[in-house]
Amino acid sequence: MAFFCASLFDPRCSLTEAQAHVLFDNAVSKMLDNQENKKLLSVKHLSRTYGSLCAVNNISFHLNKGEVLGFLGPNGAGKSSAMQVITGNLAPSAGQINICGFDLLDSAKQAKANIGYLPEQPPLYRELKVDEYLSFCAQLNRIEKSKQNAAVQRAKERCGLTEVGQRLINNLSKGYQQRVGIAQAIIHNPAIVILDEPTVGLDPIQIREIRALIRELAEDHGVILSTHILPEVQMTCDRVQIINRGQLVYSDDINHLHQRMRSNSIILGLNNAPTETELKSLKHIDDVEVLTSTRFRLSHSTENNPAENIAQIAANNNWGLFELRPEQKTLEQIFVELTSGEVIADETELTEDEQDKGAAA
Amino acid sequence: MIFTLARRELRSLFLSPLAWAILAIVQFITAYLFLSQLQEFLLIQSKLAAIENAPGVTELVIVPLYGSAAFIMMLVTPLLTMRLISEERRNKSLALLLSAPISMTEIIIGKYLGMLGFAAIMIFMMTLMPLSLYFAGSLDSGLLFTIVLGISLLLAAFISIGLYMSSLTAQPTIAAMSTFGILLMLWIIDWAGNKADAAASGLLEYISMLRHFEAFTKGIFSSSDFVYYILFISLFLILSIRRLDSDRLQR
Repeated sequence: MAFFCASLFDPRCSLTEAQAHVLFDNAVSKMLDNQENKKLLSVKHLSRTYGSLCAVNNISFHLNKGEVLGFLGPNGAGKSSAMQVITGNLAPSAGQINICGFDLLDSAKQAKANIGYLPEQPPLYRELKVDEYLSFCAQLNRIEKSKQNAAVQRAKERCGLTEVGQRLINNLSKGYQQRVGIAQAIIHNPAIVILDEPTVGLDPIQIREIRALIRELAEDHGVILSTHILPEVQMTCDRVQIINRGQLVYSDDINHLHQRMRSNSIILGLNNAPTETELKSLKHIDDVEVLTSTRFRLSHSTENNPAENIAQIAANNNWGLFELRPEQKTLEQIFVELTSGEVIADETELTEDEQDKGAAA
Repeated sequence: MIFTLARRELRSLFLSPLAWAILAIVQFITAYLFLSQLQEFLLIQSKLAAIENAPGVTELVIVPLYGSAAFIMMLVTPLLTMRLISEERRNKSLALLLSAPISMTEIIIGKYLGMLGFAAIMIFMMTLMPLSLYFAGSLDSGLLFTIVLGISLLLAAFISIGLYMSSLTAQPTIAAMSTFGILLMLWIIDWAGNKADAAASGLLEYISMLRHFEAFTKGIFSSSDFVYYILFISLFLILSIRRLDSDRLQR
C-alpha cells in the first residue's frame, strides 16, 4: 500500500496507471450518459409502508448494463421489501420503477419479462424434477416453444445442474436447490437479474462458483445482489448501496468505497522512539496517539501522505523503524459506521443547521 | 399461458398421493352405490314391466348414483382445492408466478382450469359405469347428458369456492375446513326457508346449490340454473383474483 501511495506522488511519472484508469472511467461514464437506454432499471422516490411501518423510504437509484449492484443492509433494513417491490411482488406505496423503458405498474408484463428474480427462499415446486421445473419456468416466461429446450439446457449448464436434471427438486441438497433457483431467474435471459442472498447455505466451493457466475452474468446483464456478507460485496460488486431503516445511507462505486476505506492514519513502529512532540512536529502530521512505548498512530490530512518523509527521517535519525503502514478501515467498519447511530447523529446535526439557517433568515 | 399453469397444477396434483387416493376412493364408493342400485333395479324390474310409463333404469339407477356422488364430491372438493394457493404461499413459491410476465387473472384461471381438469377426470371415470349399461340395453341419453352436465357445473362451483378459500390463508387445513363449511351451508340453506315467509324462502332456495342441481337430475336443462352456476363461479374467481391482488397491495 505504501508503495502504491508513493508512486501516486512520484513526480517523474506524468500519468500513473491509476490516473489513466480514472480517465478511462470518465470516458466510459460519458458514453453511458449519452446512451440513456443503457440504464436498465431506474427507481425513483420509491416508498413502501406496511401500515404504520415504513419498510422502504424514498429510495432512488438506477442500474446500468454490465454492472453488479450490491445491496447491503442489516436485518430488517428493507432490502427484501425493496427487491419485492422492484420485481412486482409487492406494490409500491409511492414512487416509480422503470425497467428497460417499461413502467412496472403501467406495462407490468413487458417490465416483468425483463427481470429474473431469486427471492430469499427459492420459489421451487419440490414435487417436480429439475428439468420439468425449468421447462415450466421457460413456458412461464413466454420463451418460444422451439427455444425452450435450449434455454433449459443453457440455464442448467450455467448453474452446474446438468447432472441432476432428472432428480426431484425435493431430494436435492440446499445448495443445489439454490442453484435451481438461480437457473430459474436467468432462464429467459433477462436484462436484469435480482438475487436476494444467493449464497446463503452454500459450501465455500459453491459460493465461489456462484460468485463467478454472478460476475459472468454481469457481462451482458445488470445484476442486483442483496447480501449481508461483506467480503462478497467487495469481491463481486461494482457499486454498493447501503440501506438502513428503509433509507439509502450510502451509494457509491466500489472504487470510491476502497478509497474511503483508506483512512488518514499511519501505524508507526519505532524501536528507539523519539518523544511524542518530536513526532508531532514532523511534516503533515496532525496528531499522534501513543499505542505502546514503541508504536504510535499518526493522523494526517488526506491530501498529504507523510509515509515517505517519515521513513526518510526515521532512517536518518536511527529510530529503529520496524513498522510503517497505512491503517485501513474494513468494509465492516464503514458498514457499522453507516448503519449505527452515527449517521442519524449526522442527520440531526444537518437538520439543526438547517433550522439555524431558517431562524437566521 | 393459462394452460401451462393448468397443466403444471394437474401434474403436481398427480405427483402427490392425495389425488390418486381421492380418485380411488370416490370410484370405489360410487361403484358400490351403482352396483347396489342396479341390483335393486333388477329385483323390481319384472314388476315395473307391468306398469305403464314406469321409470326406467336411468331414473332408478343413474339419478340416485349422481345424487350421492354430488354429496361425496362436496366432501372431497375441500381436500383437493385446499392447497391451490395456500401451499404456494406457505412454500413461498408464489413469487415465481408473481414475478413472471403473467397477470393475476391468468394465475387464478390457470389454477382453476387445472383443478377442473381433475374434476373432469373424476366425472369421466364415474360416468364410465352408466355408459357400460349401453352394452345391455338402452338408456335415456338426454337425461344422462343433463345429469353429467349438472354434476360438472356443481363440481366447478365447488372448486371455485375452494380456490377462493385457499387464496385467503396460508394454511391448507384452514382452507379445507372453511371450504367444507361453506359448501355444506350452501347445500342445506334452503331447509331454513321452508316455513318462513315466501319471499325469504324463495331467496334461500335460489341460493341453495342443491335446488339448481335437482332440475338437472330431472332431465331439465334450464338456462336459469346454468346462469346461476356461471355467476357463482365467476363471483368466486373474481374474488380470488382480487384477493391475490390485495396481497401485493398490503400485508
